Amino acid sequence: MTTKKRPVNLDIGTIQLPITAYASILHRISGVALFFAAGIFLWVLDGSLSSSAGFDAIKECLQSPLAKLVIWGCLSFLAYHFVAGIRHLIMDMGVGESLEGGRTGAKLVFVCSVVLILLAGVWVW
Amino acid sequence: MVTSVTSFGRSGLSDWLIQRVSAVVMAAYSVFIVAYLVLNPGLDYEQWRALHQFLPMKIFSLATAVSIAVHAWIGLWSVLTDYVTERLMGAKATALRVILQVGMILAILAYVVWAIDILWGI
Repeated sequence: MTTKKRPVNLDIGTIQLPITAYASILHRISGVALFFAAGIFLWVLDGSLSSSAGFDAIKECLQSPLAKLVIWGCLSFLAYHFVAGIRHLIMDMGVGESLEGGRTGAKLVFVCSVVLILLAGVWVW
Repeated sequence: MVTSVTSFGRSGLSDWLIQRVSAVVMAAYSVFIVAYLVLNPGLDYEQWRALHQFLPMKIFSLATAVSIAVHAWIGLWSVLTDYVTERLMGAKATALRVILQVGMILAILAYVVWAIDILWGI
């Protein structure tokens, strides 16, 4: 196929990733993870709204260490994806679009999401 | 553009806007639900059910479910068309990508139907 010969703008396999690239790839990884997390949240919502007994069963289930770990993991992906998404919206407004601004923004995303992930851990446990 | 035939809005600009609007809906819902659960530590079934029986809450939840659907479609389309390509994975990439895209769309459809089933079954 002729498409194989098409030029590639940036071959990310051949370059060293800057901090902004890590911020970007983590946004993608967390997004894919959240697609599966949405199924878990729907399952929790379904159970908790099915009946009084279903609500208690979900509450009981969420007490187990494994369930807490899973929920914390899902909330961590959500926290990161949320913060990185806010950065996108801010950059859409023309703020932080320079090279230095992009690096600062990526660092801010990491700091803010670590804080939120720790708070989520405190909340879950 | 043949390459964007499976994208959500058939146009990059349209996808760009839909991605942002759906993100704001999901962000608002996430903040609301987390705040609600943090502020109501002793939540019981009756209170939880009453919240979800309230029509504006049903609309908010359904808007979020639809936002998840379109946001996931656009996001996963970007990921799949970037990485599951002939350049990175060889000749079988196109077939694999089509299978993954169909699977993704079926999962998204299932999520939306499931969400409607939960919300209107209360």
